[in-house]
Amino acid sequence: MKTSSSDLGPVVLSCRNVWKVYGPRADSFFRPVSAGARDPAARAAEIRATGHIVANASVSFDVHKGEIFVIMGLSGSGKSTIVRCLSRLVEPTAGEILLDGEDLLKKSTAELIEIRRHKLGMVFQSFGLMPHLNVIDNIAFPLKLQGMGEADRHARAARVIELVGLTGRERNYPSELSGGQQQRVGIARSLAVEPEVWLLDEPFSALDPLIRKQMQDEFLRIQRKLHKSIVFITHDFQEALRIADRMAIMRDGAVVQIGRPIDLILNPADDYIRDFTQDVPWESILRASDIMEPVSGTVEGLRRVAEDTSVASVLPDLGSSAGVVVEGPRGTVLGIVTARGLAASLALGCAQTGPSGSA
Amino acid sequence: MAQVDRCTALWIGAIAITLIGVLLQGRLDWLARYPEAWVLPVADVVNAVSNWVVRHFAWIFQGMSALLEYPIRAVQKGLHALPWSVAMLLFCILAYAASGWRLALFTLGASAYMLTIGYWDAGMNTLSLVAISVPSAILVGFAIGVWGFRSARAERVIMPTLDVLQTVPTFAYLLPILMLFGFGTVVGLIASILYSFPPMVRNTILGLRRVAPEVIESGLMAGATRRQLFWQVRVPSARRQLMLGVNQATMASLSMVIIASVIGGTADLGWEVLSTIRKAQFGESLLVGLVIALMAMVIDRVTIGFAGASDRSGKTAPRNSLWLFAGMAIVLIYGACLMLPLLYDWPAAYRINPAPLMNEALSGFITAFRTQIEAIKTAAFYFVMLPARIGLQGAVSPFTWGFALTPGHQIAYALGMIALALWSARRWTPKAGIAVLIFAVIYFFGLTGLPWPTLILILVLLSHGIGGAAMALGTALGLLFIVVTGNWPAAVLSIYLCGIAVAIAFTLGSAIGIWAAQNDRVSAIVRPINDTLQTMPLFVILIPFVMIFKIGDFTALLAIIAYAIVPAIRYTEHGLRDLPETVIEAARMIGTTPRQLLWQVKIPLALPIMMLGLNQTILYGIAMLVIAALVGANGLEQTVYIALTDGNVGQGLIAGLAMAIIAIIADRMTSGWSRRRQATLGLDSQ
Repeated sequence: MKTSSSDLGPVVLSCRNVWKVYGPRADSFFRPVSAGARDPAARAAEIRATGHIVANASVSFDVHKGEIFVIMGLSGSGKSTIVRCLSRLVEPTAGEILLDGEDLLKKSTAELIEIRRHKLGMVFQSFGLMPHLNVIDNIAFPLKLQGMGEADRHARAARVIELVGLTGRERNYPSELSGGQQQRVGIARSLAVEPEVWLLDEPFSALDPLIRKQMQDEFLRIQRKLHKSIVFITHDFQEALRIADRMAIMRDGAVVQIGRPIDLILNPADDYIRDFTQDVPWESILRASDIMEPVSGTVEGLRRVAEDTSVASVLPDLGSSAGVVVEGPRGTVLGIVTARGLAASLALGCAQTGPSGSA
Repeated sequence: MAQVDRCTALWIGAIAITLIGVLLQGRLDWLARYPEAWVLPVADVVNAVSNWVVRHFAWIFQGMSALLEYPIRAVQKGLHALPWSVAMLLFCILAYAASGWRLALFTLGASAYMLTIGYWDAGMNTLSLVAISVPSAILVGFAIGVWGFRSARAERVIMPTLDVLQTVPTFAYLLPILMLFGFGTVVGLIASILYSFPPMVRNTILGLRRVAPEVIESGLMAGATRRQLFWQVRVPSARRQLMLGVNQATMASLSMVIIASVIGGTADLGWEVLSTIRKAQFGESLLVGLVIALMAMVIDRVTIGFAGASDRSGKTAPRNSLWLFAGMAIVLIYGACLMLPLLYDWPAAYRINPAPLMNEALSGFITAFRTQIEAIKTAAFYFVMLPARIGLQGAVSPFTWGFALTPGHQIAYALGMIALALWSARRWTPKAGIAVLIFAVIYFFGLTGLPWPTLILILVLLSHGIGGAAMALGTALGLLFIVVTGNWPAAVLSIYLCGIAVAIAFTLGSAIGIWAAQNDRVSAIVRPINDTLQTMPLFVILIPFVMIFKIGDFTALLAIIAYAIVPAIRYTEHGLRDLPETVIEAARMIGTTPRQLLWQVKIPLALPIMMLGLNQTILYGIAMLVIAALVGANGLEQTVYIALTDGNVGQGLIAGLAMAIIAIIADRMTSGWSRRRQATLGLDSQ
């Protein structure tokens, strides 16, 4: 659409044609290394026909520095497997995982442990806290494994405890905390090692809706502070929309479409994606910058809004005036939103059916 | 439908064969009794092997025995050297650390009782054996458990071995140990370790396996090495289950230490009970029994307390000051001991001995109620036990039932039972009809009156119905082993006694369980009684029954019922209370009466759990049966016990194995049925 992906940072984590096949002869399908590169869908169907389970079929995506990359899919779509492949909790059957340009799959066990200790952090759906450790020891646990002294690791843990708002709970045990608080511990623990890449596997799915919303806000607040490169797994489309810079939708182990939320809404790749997007309140997802057109006349006397203003909040103006001016950070005029432009954008999104997006 | 018909036909065929067998056994001697000449000399072979081993390798074991004497002696000396006041304080501090003030007070009371009643020294002897056997059992059990957790192949070997170790009658493995290690405390120690490490293995494997995958993953993501992952993530996360293993191992160890005293040579509590029972000093035996019971309760609560504490919030600061306080108190009391000898050794003159009084009261009671006691005993014997053993055909006589069994009676019985079977088949399922028929046949001819091949046939068919061909094969092989080793007659007697006891315990226990599930007050009364019975070393349960009913089958029966009723109550109540709330609500909304709710919704749903209770009832019954040999049960347990006193390793081991086989078959059948049923009902198997 209007803004391209040119403002994305350098690629930090890259997933290239990753396959995960479960079954007795899983490896045999990938003996000639190129075998996976053929038409993945056909290949996956072939493998499934032999009774093997294909959890991931040639999954590829890039995660850029500082972005929140959401992988969304229903249960059984392979999203949890792929995030485990990224950290080699699950060993991929074929493909490449590049972290800072180096293939993670070629690392020895010792190197992998080092990478997990310093570069990766992970948050789990059911928290995965150590039941025998209190909050501060849970958070400092990765540091303890690295051999850091108690005073140092507690000092570092104290910082993240403050970040996630758990101050005062340091001596409590996980069983004494609510679900939301437990996940705060999980988040704090994954951040204690100051990872480059932050993996979150359905972190809020086990929480009540209200708490979930609150935690999403917390998460965004933390991210605004830390600018991590994030892979965030969820089965909740609304959550994905709220959080994602870019997102991938998975189905049957394969990626169906990758793009910004708005790309998916305006340009769904197929009916499957459309099923998700059709009930989305587009006016609250669309930003002014998504539907603006180049300025072609005078902009005197029109209302001026920032580029990330939601369309919902400019709708009243569109009816009564010629349009709303979209301005950049220093007051520069970027474009103009008009009723006609809005209608054109939506019509375009509804008309297109073929696969598209920035994949 | 065809399946059911085939099954029914099969069963009716089996019943027909049984009847034919009964008719034929008058003529064919081998049907009635497996011929002596066909018995395989397995026991002799075992004896030969064991003699050879003892002759050539005994020195190794004797050496080990001598080495093991040292730690036992050391701990015994240590515990005896400790003034009672200091020891008591230590126990109380331990109890307080495990659970709190209430347990500390209870411990104080229990040890004060042990002291004033005059069994402090015997108690310390028992405790020192437990103190050595428990850590050894835990170490061994943990190591084997880790091995089983790591390797699936190892687990396949370990699990059946544990089954055998836990079901072989305890007396049976005292025997080879006795042979190898010679007499002495070491035998008790080793038997106790062997008996108590299996629960630790089971809990270790279970605990390590049950750690949530996400906890492991989070450990991996924290960058744990293999070793770190195991010791800092997996083991501590499984701590609760491991501590439950410690608890069970400790209780088993205490139980075995008490039982092992039958071989003598230990001046411990078990020996006191046994010798007082033998001398018919029931007052004394009851007093000692209470000491054992109290000790068991304290040890149980302390270890459970530590298991629970592993997940509680750690109050580190108060803990430290507790230890400080404890240390100071110990030093203070020790100082006081040096000045006041009373605090060091409790003088014999201050002992309270209510035993003579109790003995008098008891004999008074027995003389006063002699007729009633006799009436209960004979009624049970004539109307329940005798028919089950030799059948109505043998039991009914003018002398017992007041009339002779005429052909008219027999025909009436046959017709009545067939009618009842047909009615049950129509009312419920054909299987119910079959069950009625089989019970009718058994009740008429008696377990011992049935030819052995037909009894085996019935059991094999039953296994086939529950677990398919594999289970049927296992049952057949197991039972044939019992037959060819010549243990069948004794086995039938064991099955008979245990069978009646289990039937009564299960019926009564289920009734109480149902009542307790409906009524919170009943539940509150029943629960502590159950807890106490369950923690009680088996030995102790015998005492009150022996006191009143003397030695014999009936006493054994009552003791087995008293012990085996616990799981029947527990599981029934648990099964009924733990049903999915939505089902109950739905049933209420349909408009069921409380009675309908119970019988048509709750009980059918809880049945699988209740069957699990039956499974436990049987295993508890068999465990108690073994001990009941001491008070005059006649089956395999008696064979084992006699072999123990005769030093006949082969006979003891084979008969012990036969009991284990019966226990394992019963276990597989009931748990198999329960599991299948739970799967159909879609309930979680716990």
